[in-house]
Amino acid sequence: MTKALEIRQLHKYFGDLEVLRGIDFEVDEGEVVCIIGPSGSGKSTLLRCVNRLEEPTRGTIVIEGQDITDPDTDTDDVRRRIGMVFQRFNLFNHLTVIDNVTIAQRKVLGRSKDEAVKIGMENLERVGVADKADQYPRKLSGGQQQRVAIARALSMNPDMMLFDEATSALDPELVGEVLGVMRNLAEEGMTMLVVTHEIGFAKGVADRVVFMDGGVVVEDGPPSKVLFDPEHERTRNFLRMVLEED
Amino acid sequence: MLGPVLTWWNGLSKRRKVRFWRGASYVVFALVLVGIVVMVDWGRVVDTMIRPDLVGEQFPKIITIAAKNTVIFTVLGFSGGLAIGLMLALMRLSQSKPFRWASAIYIDVVRGIPLLVWILLIGLGIPIALGIRVPGAYGPGALALSIVVGAYMAETIRAGIEAVDRGQMEAARSLGMSYSRAMIWIILPQAFRLMIPPLTNEFVLLLKDTSLVSAIGVTVTSKELTRWGRDGVIHSANATPLVVAGLVYLALTIPMTRFVARLEKKAARSK
Repeated sequence: MTKALEIRQLHKYFGDLEVLRGIDFEVDEGEVVCIIGPSGSGKSTLLRCVNRLEEPTRGTIVIEGQDITDPDTDTDDVRRRIGMVFQRFNLFNHLTVIDNVTIAQRKVLGRSKDEAVKIGMENLERVGVADKADQYPRKLSGGQQQRVAIARALSMNPDMMLFDEATSALDPELVGEVLGVMRNLAEEGMTMLVVTHEIGFAKGVADRVVFMDGGVVVEDGPPSKVLFDPEHERTRNFLRMVLEED
Repeated sequence: MLGPVLTWWNGLSKRRKVRFWRGASYVVFALVLVGIVVMVDWGRVVDTMIRPDLVGEQFPKIITIAAKNTVIFTVLGFSGGLAIGLMLALMRLSQSKPFRWASAIYIDVVRGIPLLVWILLIGLGIPIALGIRVPGAYGPGALALSIVVGAYMAETIRAGIEAVDRGQMEAARSLGMSYSRAMIWIILPQAFRLMIPPLTNEFVLLLKDTSLVSAIGVTVTSKELTRWGRDGVIHSANATPLVVAGLVYLALTIPMTRFVARLEKKAARSK
């Protein structure tokens, strides 16, 4: 069976700094993988390499059998099939919520306005912000904005979703509503790659947890193993620090 | 004799010294003003510079022809400049080195030569040298203005594009939009919103700079305000037409300048 995502010996340099030092890992269709690790460990860079927002220096990334690091690959076509949710939402500030979720459907997929609005509204309902369709993003709370951003990505019917610290910029009381939407998405069978600090979410939702540190994958396994019985000292130290904060 | 004055001065507090100087400068200012009023022969000034019958003669044509043409040159130069400036800004931000260089060279060369020289080159130099004439009564002037305004606007537009948060481009690209689609639908609409105050300012400056078009040949119906005033001065041997032209410029620029100030205040508040 073809993997949803296969990463082989991925290296990424920023100038002289080697941020990713040979990453190998795979994600199955419908699997939810949480990537945890200290800041600067390269986890966000890894995520951004998957849809080529960052250009990998070396190595291969294969998505459903297609090598996206091949220079002949149409990057726009790859991105169209991968949804991404950012830490700072990045909603289009000059567009209303409904226009935010329809513009790419219309300009990239060529859907008609009616069709795009229908699909967009379905996704806004799915994340619980359909009543805000005619508002501008700045009128919404952070949690609502992030849910719109999720609906915007889902409206492109992606095969996989990437979440880059989707709840880190939110006020604590708003984190739950966004995690709730992500949980539903996981239960519906979406393939998800989630960079997060929410250990609770990783524990409850992830099929697998990957611990990264210093640009390498230190540990990779089921949540019960990585979070509760880690093999490596570095993982234990990190978990102790994160759990003490809570 | 200076002794007591010095003692008095040194005895003053800092605040009173400041007040003394403020008062002294008001007195000097008032004396100069009174001097001008007394010494100038007002009858002569009115007779040579704002003679009522000549003022009356200017209207309505100074509005229906000259002011209209000034506005036409401004709008043509602004639209052309906007198109050229946008192209230069996008080239400046492009990944391609030759494009970036071409844009930088254009901007430096065009801005390094006075607008009047560009107008004379396009209006007189090229027709004489090459036998080619930019078509239309407004053509040569509007083209010269566009070329130069474009170079100045390029920097404004580039700054506007760069002021849009990087995350907007990333989000657009992550949805599968190409660079140009993202530019057109996501970045530029937001950049232009930020650019409204500086571009309006540019418009006011341009309106005054259209004055330089008066240096090249124009037909009777394409005279703008400055040429209108200048020809009027020669025709009537009186400064009145030029003074009236100046007042018409003021009537156009002051409302716009106020408008820009309000836009800038509003922009500063919404930050």
